[in-house]
Amino acid sequence: MTPVQAIIAKELRGYFVSPIVYVVGAVFLFIFGLLSYLYVGFAGAQAIQLMQMQGGMAQINLNDLVFRNLFASMRIVLVIILPILTMRLFAEERKLRTFEFLMTSPIRIHEIVVGKFVSVFVIYLGLVGLTVLVPTVLMLFSDFDWNPIWTGYLGMVLLGALFLSVGLLASALTENQIVAAFVSFGLLLTIWLIAGLGSLFGDTTAGRVISYVSYMEHYDRLVRGLIDTSDLLYFGSGLVLMLFLTHRVVESTRWK
Amino acid sequence: MIDVHNITKRYGHHTAIDRVTFSVAKGEVLAFLGPNGAGKTTTMRILTCFMPATEGTARVAGFDCADQPLEVKRQIGYLPETPPVYQELTVAEYLTFVGRLRGITGPKLSSALDQSIGRLELGSVRHRLIGNLSRGYRQRVGLAQALLHDPPVLILDEPTVGLDPKQIIEIRELIKSLAGSHSVILSTHILPEATAVCQRVVIINKGRIVAEDTPEQLSARLRQSEKVSITLKACPADCEMKLRAIAGVLNVFPGQAGGSFLLECELGRDLRDEIARVAVLSQWGLLELRTVSMTLEDVFLQLTRHEDHLSEPPEAAVSMVSAEKTEA
Repeated sequence: MTPVQAIIAKELRGYFVSPIVYVVGAVFLFIFGLLSYLYVGFAGAQAIQLMQMQGGMAQINLNDLVFRNLFASMRIVLVIILPILTMRLFAEERKLRTFEFLMTSPIRIHEIVVGKFVSVFVIYLGLVGLTVLVPTVLMLFSDFDWNPIWTGYLGMVLLGALFLSVGLLASALTENQIVAAFVSFGLLLTIWLIAGLGSLFGDTTAGRVISYVSYMEHYDRLVRGLIDTSDLLYFGSGLVLMLFLTHRVVESTRWK
Repeated sequence: MIDVHNITKRYGHHTAIDRVTFSVAKGEVLAFLGPNGAGKTTTMRILTCFMPATEGTARVAGFDCADQPLEVKRQIGYLPETPPVYQELTVAEYLTFVGRLRGITGPKLSSALDQSIGRLELGSVRHRLIGNLSRGYRQRVGLAQALLHDPPVLILDEPTVGLDPKQIIEIRELIKSLAGSHSVILSTHILPEATAVCQRVVIINKGRIVAEDTPEQLSARLRQSEKVSITLKACPADCEMKLRAIAGVLNVFPGQAGGSFLLECELGRDLRDEIARVAVLSQWGLLELRTVSMTLEDVFLQLTRHEDHLSEPPEAAVSMVSAEKTEA
């Protein structure tokens, strides 16, 4: 087992021994289920309306009425929930003075950063994986296209990875977990709102550049079923940038 | 094994350590003594590559702490001030994690695990969560972590804090047994510990090394006078004056208990028989008479309180400590 794998194993163990994963997981899955139920309910109501107006069976598009809305709503859920998952990663080490031990072990800082990120990402993948149950169950009662659902999931995974890396950075900045959660919450909302700033400029170069910085349009395209390499590039480079900044922050604590 | 040359560490305008130079030979145990905030932990953190020095060089086993930190870290077992344990892991899991971080795997890891658990007598708590263990056990788990990979250099920041007296003795024995094969630096507030365990003592104060020698030589070097403690049954008003009148007695300090005195005599003269003769002739009822050697505690206080005028330390402060010490 390499040092990175050792860190991943230890972090995973830490998540499952503490109540964090169970609480966050339960809330995440409950909200996902509740939102699905609501959107399916709305779709049903709409179908009845259509039937009354047109007579006969109306074609209901679950992709548009349920899944697109569902994935779009998950943005705010992820903004609120993921900082709770990441807040402990570095803050706890510093609070409990194990940070010094990690830093004096013969491993490189990027191995620590990558190990910690991968561990929380694995937890997140597990949670997202469980939600596939919702479309699977709906498949029994309805017909819909799986392709946009997979791109929606790809979007959720990429968006989650970006959020987790922002959370990791926030956690490296402080030794207080509450502060770490709040800082990442603030950062994520700010990046969200940058989309609004971009739309103020309209369809100018400045507007497009500013909008590009926000994850909103990139995520929306994936949810609509479009895979664009520029969006993949956005999430990939954002993730690398956040991990790099985390590395610098961790490194800089040595100089204080 | 460890070579520290003129290292300085500044935090903004505050200088934590100032041109510290010392070295530790292979197999030697060195104690780092100093009051709180003297710079002990800072020095250790520089040696373990946790933080870089502002100036100067530190080398461990031939590797430079600034240029080859990974190599240096491989050579060192480090116990920080607070034992670096993860509460959510069991002792065995924690030590396995430490071993893997250090690149030990397979059968080598399990034998290293068994050895360090055996050495620190952690067998009974092997599968318990560290979060549920007492302070003393956690400290021992921290030590097991430092010893796990059998490093040539050990850096221990107050290794016996939080242990009960029996455990303290065991840990000291353990550290002594490491001498010869390992180079050890340990910091401590407990002065007898330095005397008991270490071959050499470095006293550091306000970021500067104020003395470096064996414990015995340190006290010999700093001894300004011979000291004799006496206790008398009856002490009339003139007894202090009569004691002062003895040739060779430099000073007389009344002790805390009535009838006890501390006499400072000229260096190299044993005045015990003369003092006894005077006491018997004056019928004071001599109850106790003995020489007081300067303890490391006295040396420490003398150096750290009055490091600026080493040649003329105020005797009273030192002597009073000696008097308290001998009565205890």
